[in-house]
Amino acid sequence: MTERDPELLNVAPGEPHDSMLSETLSYVIGLALALILTGISFWVASTSVLWGPGVATGLVVLAIAQMGVHLVFFLHITSGPDNTNNVLALAFGVLIVFLVMVGTIWIMAHMNANMGVSPELMNLQMQH
Amino acid sequence: MSTISETPAIGLTHGGSEDTGLGHRGPESKSIVVPYGFWLFVLSDMVLFSALFASYATLVHATDGGPATNQLFDRNLVAIETMALLLSSFVCGLAMITAKRKNMAWTQIWLVVTGLFGLVFLSIELFEFGKMIGEGAGPQRSAFLSAFFTLVGCHGAHVTAGLLWLGTMIAQIWAKGFRQDITRRLLCFSVFWHALDIIWVAIFTIVYLIGTLP
Repeated sequence: MTERDPELLNVAPGEPHDSMLSETLSYVIGLALALILTGISFWVASTSVLWGPGVATGLVVLAIAQMGVHLVFFLHITSGPDNTNNVLALAFGVLIVFLVMVGTIWIMAHMNANMGVSPELMNLQMQH
Repeated sequence: MSTISETPAIGLTHGGSEDTGLGHRGPESKSIVVPYGFWLFVLSDMVLFSALFASYATLVHATDGGPATNQLFDRNLVAIETMALLLSSFVCGLAMITAKRKNMAWTQIWLVVTGLFGLVFLSIELFEFGKMIGEGAGPQRSAFLSAFFTLVGCHGAHVTAGLLWLGTMIAQIWAKGFRQDITRRLLCFSVFWHALDIIWVAIFTIVYLIGTLP
C-alpha cells in the first residue's frame, strides 16, 4: 500500500490505471451495467405490469443510477484521495444542478396552481 | 518525513497527500491540472443543461393545441440513438486504453469507430428533427417545441463539436504521435465525450421515455 508509486495515485478523471486487462474489464462492466439499466428503463416505460403513477419516478431513479455507472466506470470518479478535488467539484455541480432544476420546477408548478385559472387558460398564457 | 507533513491541513488542501499541491513541490503537474480544469468546464456545462431541462419541464405541456410529446417521439429510433452513443462512449474508453500504451494502429481504429457511432447518433437525430419540422412541428410551433429543440439541439450541437474535436485528435495523433500535450487533449476529449453520454441518459429518460408514457 505505502509502496505504491505516487504517480499512479495521482490520476485525474477519465485517466485509467492498473493493467490493460483490468482497465478493459472496468469499461466492459460499465457497458454491461449501462446496457442493463437502459434495457430496464425501456421495459419499465413500455410495460403495463407496473403501477402507472410510479413509473416516471422509477425512470428518473434508473437514469440517476446509470449516470452513477458512467461516472464510476467511464470517468473513473473514485473515493480515493487522488480524486478528492474531482469529487468535491462534482458535488458542487450536482448541488447547483439540483437547485436549478428542483427550484424551477417547484416554483413554476406552484405559480401554475396559484394563478387560479384553468390549466387550459394557463396553457394559452404560457404560449405568449 | 519532512516538516511539511506536520503542518495541519487547512483550506483547499489535497486530502490524502502530504503537501498542499502548492507547497515545496510547486503546483501539480499539467497532467493533473489540465484534466481538472476541463472537469470544471464539463460540470459547468451540466449546469447549463440543467437550466435547459428546467425550462423544458416547465413548458412541456404548453403545446398551443399542436402536437404533444406522445404524438411526436418514436421510441425505436431513440433506442438506436441511445445504443449508438453508449457504444461510442465505450469504444472511446478502449481508445484511451490503447493510447496509454502508445499503440497507434488500435488507437486510430477505436477513435474512428467512436466517430462512426457518433455519426450514426447525429444522423438519426437530424433525421428526427427534419421529420418533425416537415410535419409542421418545428421550434416555432409552440413553447413546448421551442424548449424541446433547444434542449435536444444543444446536446446535438455538443456532439457535433465533439466529432470535430475527434477528427482533430485523429489528425494530431497521426501527425505528432503520442506527445504529452496531445495525450492530455485526448484525455480531455474522452471526458467531454463520456459527459455527453451522461447528459443523453437524462434526455432519453425525461424527454423521450417519460414523454411517451401511456
